[in-house]
Order: sequence, then structure tokens, then C-alpha cells
Amino acid sequence: MEEKDYKKLWWKIVVAILSFSLIPLFALGIAIYYQFSVSYTAKVVEDLKTLVENRRSAIDLFFDERVSQLVTLAHTHTLEQLSDERHLTTMFNTMQTRSKSFIDIGIIDRKGNQVAYVGPYPELKGVNYRKEDWFQSVLYKGVYISDVFMGFRKFPHFIIAVTSRDNDWILRATINSDIIDNIVRAAQMGRKGDAFIINKRNIIQTAPRFSGQLFGRPRTPDFSKTVEPLVEEAAQGSEHSFFGASEINNTRWILVVKEEFGEQLTPLLKARYVALALCLTGILIIVLGTLLTTGSMMKELLRVEREKAICDDIVIQSSKMAALGKMAAGVAHEINNPLAVIEEKAGWIRDLLIPEDIAHDKNLKEFDDAARNIELHVQRAKKVIHRLLGFARRMEPVRERVDVNTTLNDTVDLLGNESKYRNIDIEMDLQPELPKIMSDSSQLQQVFLNIINNAIDAAGSAADADRKEGKILIRTALLSNSNEILIEISDNGPGIPKEHINKIFDPFFSTKKIGNGTGLGLSIVYSIVEKLGGRITVTSEIGKETAFTIYFPMK
Amino acid sequence: MADEFRVLIVDDEDEFRETLVARLKKRNLKVWGAESGRRALDLMETIVFDVVVLDIKMPGMDGIEALEQMKKKTQLTEVILLTGHASIEAGIEGMKLGAFDYLMKPVNIDELLAKIRQAYQRKVVQEQP
Repeated sequence: MEEKDYKKLWWKIVVAILSFSLIPLFALGIAIYYQFSVSYTAKVVEDLKTLVENRRSAIDLFFDERVSQLVTLAHTHTLEQLSDERHLTTMFNTMQTRSKSFIDIGIIDRKGNQVAYVGPYPELKGVNYRKEDWFQSVLYKGVYISDVFMGFRKFPHFIIAVTSRDNDWILRATINSDIIDNIVRAAQMGRKGDAFIINKRNIIQTAPRFSGQLFGRPRTPDFSKTVEPLVEEAAQGSEHSFFGASEINNTRWILVVKEEFGEQLTPLLKARYVALALCLTGILIIVLGTLLTTGSMMKELLRVEREKAICDDIVIQSSKMAALGKMAAGVAHEINNPLAVIEEKAGWIRDLLIPEDIAHDKNLKEFDDAARNIELHVQRAKKVIHRLLGFARRMEPVRERVDVNTTLNDTVDLLGNESKYRNIDIEMDLQPELPKIMSDSSQLQQVFLNIINNAIDAAGSAADADRKEGKILIRTALLSNSNEILIEISDNGPGIPKEHINKIFDPFFSTKKIGNGTGLGLSIVYSIVEKLGGRITVTSEIGKETAFTIYFPMK
Repeated sequence: MADEFRVLIVDDEDEFRETLVARLKKRNLKVWGAESGRRALDLMETIVFDVVVLDIKMPGMDGIEALEQMKKKTQLTEVILLTGHASIEAGIEGMKLGAFDYLMKPVNIDELLAKIRQAYQRKVVQEQP
């Protein structure tokens, strides 16, 4: 597989893992957030409704109490009794002991004249209310609660008027609207929440915090037609608010409570940030995990692929060798027979040169030399064929007793021409009587072949560059204390740079030009040596030498 | 001085066999040649050989088969095998069947001569009561 394909595969896996883990994560996050948002909004709406209802009933209760106080007073007294201002004062004071909500109290007869008055404005006694709207209304309905107004008193207040039992006269009380203000103000939540009362004409009755002026129109949607309690969401410019509205029973008023969206939903917004943070953390972890897993997976894949490449290479190598071996055996036989004839013929010629009569021929020496030479070269050819056959025999991996020195000699013989051609001196320093080891001679030969080949390249390039003599030293020794034999192959080539020395046994690592080396030679060496139970080390000094040392245990 | 023993060279390659016979004769041995295993066995009917030099690879009856038949005929004749290729296996198989030794072709005449003498020596030793 090529670098590009690995990159592609890497992307495929990363994208697959990411989409399989991120899509559910997003879906889950969005679903949870949406669900939370819906239920939280519902809760906020419900809370607002409860608040509005709660305030409304507090206000209702307040009115109920006031009205019933006044009704009780009106129904249990006669006009004469209450027209007596002393008596009225006593009653007023009694009422005030329970609550300070009343400012003053007055008795008005059928004609609209205020016949008695108790309160801070005694000049109001004798004022005629006949023309006022509320005067007719109270006579008609029995109870009347006015809108808030400034009136003669110059501060916001409203009146409650009730008729007597016989509908003959009217008891009228003024109530400071501060009290209502206070009740309403309790519903002004948070920093931006607002609460106020409007009447049916959408005129503000209690001072809002932000939404307008008393007796003005509120800067909110119009809730003046509200009958049933309601809660709605409304946006005004950049502000996004919830509004709750409810009609107050005894009056023609409507309580409006406003809550700022952001403020009420702060926990939701917080939840949004938490969810977002969790999501981001999740994504980060997933991405990191994906990259790490994919990375290690690709590394593993690469390793397996490389191992496979080595394996393939070894298989190809050995099948090549097997084919070559078969051919070598056939060729050897075919060549050996004519060689045998040639040798015999040459020998026969030499035999025939012995008799006296030819001995004096001046060409005798020439004949003899020629015959000898023929014999000599037949011997040479024979040696080559022997080696070829020796090579041919080493096909199947076997466990045999191997004389490492012999294997080294054979290998060097095979490479003799190459080294001679490149003018490299191969020096052998072999320990005599080196014990044989249990190994596979053909695989050993492969190991030596690869290392010596490299050494020839290195020494050759050194020789070309520095005009010094290329030299290779092959040494064997017996390490009796560790019960091992040592094979050292060193060359005086350019050496291996430090940054490469850890990589030279890696597959596909090559410093040779592309096409000149597969980068598998030394990794094959390494795996064969490992398989044969040995170990290999390398030391190198730049510009001086490189030495490969192989150790094999003696068995 | 002639060695008083008889040698049979069995090889299908005429040139090789004839030259070898000539050379051994020149070295005062009593030498016969046979171009096949069959012919060798026929010759052994009439002549008692001390040593047979037998090529393993021959058409028809090969060296190993010929060796078996010879050994059936007489245990006393020593056989030296010649192999055309370095087939140790064939050599070892031959040794198991009673061959004296095996040599690789092409073979040096002096080496062969020495081997033939050794074989004869063994034959002489074995014949002694």
C-alpha cells in the first residue's frame, strides 16, 4: 500500500468514527437542550401564572375586607347615627385600629350632600357629589370602587362607596393607593420585572417600575380586555418578556406582571452553556480518542504490512533460490560429464607425452603445459559447479550442524569477483576449530551475503571517494564465557550517521538510490538472525568503519 | 610392476570410459570397460573383478540398481561409485548398499587410482580367512 492510500484510509476511518460518535452526541445534546428548554419555559409560565393569581387574590382579599368593613358599618347604622360626627369618629378610629388603609370617611345623603366627614380634610364636609359618575353608579349597584385619581387631595387614591341597607344614603371612604401599590410591588421580580394595575381603558393605576407613568398608558401590549387570567410571551425591540395578566374581581382593574425573559431563564441559559461546554469537551475527547486510536491502528497496520512485505520478500527470495537450485543441479550434471571427458582426454595426452620418442620433441613442454592448463581449468570449472551445487542443496530450511567458517568462505568465494572488480581486499581472520552450531547454512549464507554485499558497497564507495584502499575484515571467534560464537564483518567505508543507526534494521529503510536497494536486506538479516536464535549489533564510526557483529549460541 | 587385480569401468559415456580404461591400462592395471549395467553384469559372469568403478547416472539400468545386482552376485567385488553431480544422497544410498566409496566426476586420475587400490586392499583383507 502506498503512502497516499494510507492517508486516504486514515481519513476514511477518522471520518467514520467521528460521524458515528458525533452525530448521536449532537442529536442527544440538541434533544436534551430542547426538552429542557420546553419544560423550563413551561415552568416559568406556570410560576408567573401562580404569581399573578396570588397577587390578584391578595388584592381581592384587600378589597373584600374593605368593602365588608364598610358594608357592615353602613348596614348596622342609621343615617342619623352616622351623621353624628362624634359617633362616626369613634367608628372610624375602631376601623383604623385594625388597618390604617382608610384616609377618611364620609356620609352622603340621597341628594349628594356630604352630611358628615371624618378625616384630614374637614373642608370637604358639605361638598355635593351629585354630579359625580360614581354617585349614580353606587346607587345603582350598591358597591362602587373608583379608579385611582388625584382629586382634591393631590395624591393618588381611590374611593369605595357602599349604600345603606335601604339604599337611602351612601357611606364613602377614601383609601390611599399606596397599599395597593405595596401589594402589587411584591410581584416586581428580579432586576427587570415589573407589576402594575391598569383599568379597562388601559390607564395605569399603580406606579410601574419601568413600564410607564401613573395615569399614563403602559409601554406594554394592551391587556385591558383581559377577562380570564393569561400568560403570554412578547418581544419589544431587544427585550423579550413574559406577561401575566388577571382581572381583579371587585374592580374594573387588571393586574399586569411582566418578567424579563433572560432573567427568568438564566438557569436555562446556564444549562445551555453547560450543555455546550459538555458537548465541546465530548467532541474534544472523541476527536482526540479517534486520532489516537486511528494513529495506533495505522501504525499497527503499517507494521503488519511491513512484516508481510518482508515475509513476501523472503518467500520470493527462497522460491527464486529453489528454481535456481533446480536449474543449477541440472546444469551441473550436464556440464560435469563433458568436463570429465575433457579431463580424461587431457590426462591421456599427458600420459602419452611420457614415452621416449616424443620426449625429445621441442614442443614437448608446450604440450605438457597445455594439457596441465586444461586440467587446471577443468578443476576450476569443477569448483564453480561444486559451489553451484552446494547452493542448490540449500533450499529447505533445515536444522543442521553448520561450520560457520566454511559458510563464510563459500560466501566470500561467491562474492570474490565483485570485490576483486571493485578493488576491495577481503581479509579473513577465522578462529580455527570453531565449533559447529545448529543452524541453517543457506539462511546463514543469506545473512552473510547481505552484510558482505553492503560492506562491499560501503568500502567501494569509500575507496572511490577517498582513494584509500577498500577493506573488509571478517572475523570469527569463540566466546567461551557466554558459550557463543561471534562473527564480525567490518568495513572501512563512510560509516552510518547516528540518526540512521537505529533505523537500519527497519524494513524499507534505505540510503541507496531508489531502484538500487529495496531497503529489505538488513531487515531480512535481522529477522533471520532472530529466527536462528542469534542476535546482531552494529557499531559505526563516521569516516572510519562500520562493524556488524552476530552472535550465535553454541548448542 | 603390474598390480595383479582386475578393474571394470562402467560408464555410458564412451569417450570417458575408453580414455579412462586406456589411462588405467597405462598404469599397469588389468582394465575392462562396460557401457551399461547390463553389459557389466554379463562380463561379471565370465570374469571375476576385484574392483568395479560404476557411474550412478546411466540410461537403462542405473548405477544403484546395477550395484544391487552385483552385490547379489558376489559380496567380494568392491564397488566405487562415480556421481555426475554432488548428490550426496545417492552416494550415501550406494554406501548403504555396500559400495566402497563414491567420487565426484570429473575425477582426478591419481585420486581414482588411490581409491581403487584402497578398495582392493579391503577386498584382500576380507578374503583372508
